[in-house]
Amino acid sequence: MALIDLANPARFLNFANRAIPWLGGATVLAFALAIDQAVVAPDDYQQGATAKIMFLHVPGAWLGMLGWGVMTVAALGTLVWRHPLADVTAKAVAAIGAAFTLMCLVTGSLWGRPMWGTYWVWDARLTSVLVLFLLYLGVIALWRTVEDPSRAARAAAILTLVGALDLPIIKFSVDWWNTLHQPASVFRFGGPTIHPAILLPLLLMTLAFTLLFVTLVLAAMRNEILRRRVRTLRLMQASATS
Amino acid sequence: MTPLSAILVRDMRIAVRVGGGALIGVLFFLVVVTLTPFALGPDLALLKRIGPAILWLAALLASLLALDRLFAADHEDGSLDLLLTGRAQLELVVAAKGVAHWLTTGLPLIVAAPLIGLLLNLDAPAEAALVLTFLVGTPALTFIGLIGAALAVTLRRGGLLLAVLVLPLTVPVLIFGVAAANAAVLGPAPFGAPFTILCALTLASLVVGPFAAAAALRQEME
Repeated sequence: MALIDLANPARFLNFANRAIPWLGGATVLAFALAIDQAVVAPDDYQQGATAKIMFLHVPGAWLGMLGWGVMTVAALGTLVWRHPLADVTAKAVAAIGAAFTLMCLVTGSLWGRPMWGTYWVWDARLTSVLVLFLLYLGVIALWRTVEDPSRAARAAAILTLVGALDLPIIKFSVDWWNTLHQPASVFRFGGPTIHPAILLPLLLMTLAFTLLFVTLVLAAMRNEILRRRVRTLRLMQASATS
Repeated sequence: MTPLSAILVRDMRIAVRVGGGALIGVLFFLVVVTLTPFALGPDLALLKRIGPAILWLAALLASLLALDRLFAADHEDGSLDLLLTGRAQLELVVAAKGVAHWLTTGLPLIVAAPLIGLLLNLDAPAEAALVLTFLVGTPALTFIGLIGAALAVTLRRGGLLLAVLVLPLTVPVLIFGVAAANAAVLGPAPFGAPFTILCALTLASLVVGPFAAAAALRQEME
């Protein structure tokens, strides 16, 4: 099944309707395994049980970045290949990526409270994730302000591509800024590598959240297609009655 | 007169005539800087230390002021359609409009910065460094802003959205602009490294800005 076959919305809906239950089941299964592993994982020798916030924090960061990556590919799909599903994907991912980025920020903040004694420090990584979150909100704002969906899609695609260019520069600048203005990060991980007893649940958790991400994106894409159908039907109805 | 210089001259004329509001940017700059001591207290030592940062922040905000009208006004009176269908390359047209915008809003800020810097107790070397970083850095702000202005061109409340879209993208310019200016004030850190990176950011934005803005204009007017 090629990507081009899914360009037909009806075929995509068919595919999504069949895939979502399976993906949802896989997500639940993965979470069951991952949570089981995370609960039995040993506490960190310095941080105690709080280190387990990592099991939410790291997947959030990963999916926040993956989200922008998917949006970048979708933006190329919108501008270069004019793939009909590309803008649907971009719109669906924007909100979900922002949500995962927020999850990363909130868990990081809650983790910082016991570890650093404050909810927020201008640590390089926190700061770049915050800027990523702001960029997500900008894209969502753009989606919501432009009325015509296909025009909104192209505007959002250009902003996404500019953001994709700028994000590495922002990351680099913030790292540079941080090392200049502040001493090295307040705490380092309890060693250069993560012990397998923590790494395994972390990987499982990341897998589970990634499955959740894919499921949510597919469901949001399905909703978006249906929403557009409703919009078209309403416009047809309005022009018929007038 | 070539099309590009015609656009440059036209845009500058519009900006300096009644309702153009080029100098309002400088006034805004002055007002923001004046308000800062009211928030922070009149401690001259503190103001000297954070002066470059305040001036950079104020310049960043001031450079956003007139941006939302840059393409929107042309869109409303139809001249944008002419620019789109004209023979001149749209990327170059956008760049010319960017240069005109910088000459009428960025350059006055640079001229005013040493005077306004006196209010923040900056000494001569600090002011020289600040003017140098402004000279190199403010074109980047304008050309990044072009992208936002082009994206928001058809929107009714584009100005608000423009700020939200553009400001996060200017983080690197702010970081390296302030760092270079601070290096001259506070000492030990070198001035050269952040300054050259600031130059690089400006050069990159001079390329990316017009292309992205022209693409956005083409998509919106399609």
